[in-house]
Amino acid sequence: MDTFLQQLINGIVLGSIYSLVALGYTLVYGIMGLINFAHGDIVMVGAMVTLTVARLLADSGLPGPVILGIGVLTAIPACMAVGYLVERIAYRPLRNAPRLAPLITAIGVSILLQNLAMMIWGREYLSFPQIFPAQTMAVGGASISTIQFLIIVSSAIMMAGLSRLIRKTRLGNAMRATAQNPEIATLMGVHVNTIISITFVLGSALAAVAGMMVSAYYGIAHYDMGFILGLKAFTAAVLGGIGNIEGAMLGGLLLGIIESMGAGYLGTLTGGVMGSNYQDAFAFFVLILVLVFRPSGLLGERVGERP
Amino acid sequence: MTILRPLLVAMAAIFLAGCAKQKPGSEFVVKIGSVAPLTGPQSHLGKDNDNGVRLAADEINASGLVIGGKKAKIEILSEDDQADPRTATIVAQKLVDEGVNGVVGHFNSGTSIPASRIYSDAGIPQISPSATATTYTGQGFETTFRVVTNDRQQGAALAKFAMDTLHAKTVAVIDDRTAYGQGIADEFEKDAKADGAALVAHEFTSDHATDFTAILTSIKGKNPDLIFYGGMDAQAGPMMKQMRNLGMKMAFLGADGSKSPEFIKLAGTAAEGAYASAPGLPLDKMPGGKAFVEKFTAKYGKIQLYSPYSFDATMALVNAMKQAGSTDPARYLPVLSKIKMDGVTGPISFDSKGDIMHGAVTLYQVRNGSWTALP
Repeated sequence: MDTFLQQLINGIVLGSIYSLVALGYTLVYGIMGLINFAHGDIVMVGAMVTLTVARLLADSGLPGPVILGIGVLTAIPACMAVGYLVERIAYRPLRNAPRLAPLITAIGVSILLQNLAMMIWGREYLSFPQIFPAQTMAVGGASISTIQFLIIVSSAIMMAGLSRLIRKTRLGNAMRATAQNPEIATLMGVHVNTIISITFVLGSALAAVAGMMVSAYYGIAHYDMGFILGLKAFTAAVLGGIGNIEGAMLGGLLLGIIESMGAGYLGTLTGGVMGSNYQDAFAFFVLILVLVFRPSGLLGERVGERP
Repeated sequence: MTILRPLLVAMAAIFLAGCAKQKPGSEFVVKIGSVAPLTGPQSHLGKDNDNGVRLAADEINASGLVIGGKKAKIEILSEDDQADPRTATIVAQKLVDEGVNGVVGHFNSGTSIPASRIYSDAGIPQISPSATATTYTGQGFETTFRVVTNDRQQGAALAKFAMDTLHAKTVAVIDDRTAYGQGIADEFEKDAKADGAALVAHEFTSDHATDFTAILTSIKGKNPDLIFYGGMDAQAGPMMKQMRNLGMKMAFLGADGSKSPEFIKLAGTAAEGAYASAPGLPLDKMPGGKAFVEKFTAKYGKIQLYSPYSFDATMALVNAMKQAGSTDPARYLPVLSKIKMDGVTGPISFDSKGDIMHGAVTLYQVRNGSWTALP
């Protein structure tokens, strides 16, 4: 039983990270209908910046959470700037181009960011300094470490905040209006360009936090880490219904739990025929199954946010 | 391809003949290929191997090389195989096309094995400084050599260490599904079972993974005395860290892929107490170890893993050429297979398969932040 609970906790931690990244995909898709493939690499930039700051401060004697806090407060503006520039330079000129053009551009931006990161931080795996003691709390037979606890709590707070922002504020109203019909929104006095910039910046801020979590949790960062992470998060967004905020959160959590359970129990369930090497295949199998029965994702149909 | 290959060999031969017929007095060029992953998660190890080759070449060139009465100069052609089997065959073909006289590489077993067929077809001798998988020399190619102890010997030594020294009764095995990781893990598993250990789990990951919490948790539930990992340091380091973060206190044993300074860097304080093996003797016990460390660190910095071996592999190629009085692979290959020389890592001579004779295995533990050889 405690192994099950532990796998569940692992899954929720992984899922929280996926959710934060998936939100970035879903926000942009919801408003522009664009799949921003460079989003995973913005997570990487967040991870790299946090890691660099943490390394600089590792010997300063500051407590771990403070170092991490400073790291993420540096990473957020950095990622916001990158996100803004990417939108301004790469996507805005293609706003009215056929849909394929921005998609290809997104892949190009992704490669560009990876190569820039490789030039700045090198090709090697970088290790995150051990700023948290390997301390664990017992939760009903399973253990949860400080960093796992921080990841779950902070991503829950951020997701709740984002939900509120979209549903309750004037900015959220404007974002939803832009999503429904950019031209009518303009007529109603919404600055569509500003709103789209804000969307990118918002998604990038979430990506920065996700990057901090990934690098601190797994203790490692490298220039091409964003690719697989982005792919998984994109999968999570599709699983939940792309364009739907709650869908991205649900999809991320589900994908994390499925992966974790798949790795943990696939061998036992299939009597040793399939082992943990099928962990990724299992996650995508579930995705296919969901899409067969609900083509627009788990929560895809309930939205009124998409045109 | 079938038409192309003889043509390429012929081109290479013409090129070589051209090299040899240069007018006396001027140096002729001996091309040696050096292949290792120079980008990606294993680049630090690949670069290390490449530097070993370059150090050897610089030394030979500085002391003046004479082959068959003519002055010669070594030129190193470095290629990046990205630790990827497909890329490995592409760069191997490229080196064959460029007419190399011999190859030091590749770094990984997974890349050395597919590439060895290409060198064998072209008749070009290949010495791997670091591919330990048994299959590498088991294919019956005459051109395939290695200067490093193979996994058969290493797996047996690891299992014996786990049973006799660590007294592990239950073991869990994780491998990264590469030719090397799977090979060493299977050898270890086979020997450990034969020695009476119970295998409680065999889990899998990949050579690009960073998250091991799920497989570690499932192993944690079975509480083995020891976890063996067959794979590279870029995974082993974070794995060890995540293991300790999950509150798992059992012994961690790796093979040569884990035994690098990078492992300690990536695992941080969690690295303390980890065990790993490495083929051959520890650097300070190698006959030429001390001098090599001085030369290497002065030029390239810290030694990662296999640079002494790539140095020896280069020396073995050049010595065979010198003794045969020719850089023609067909003429110096028979000499290479019977070579007897004293290398940095110990005496170099090959058995009928191309494996190093009298290969040693040493076990290490991380103590006070560095790998310490166990007696």
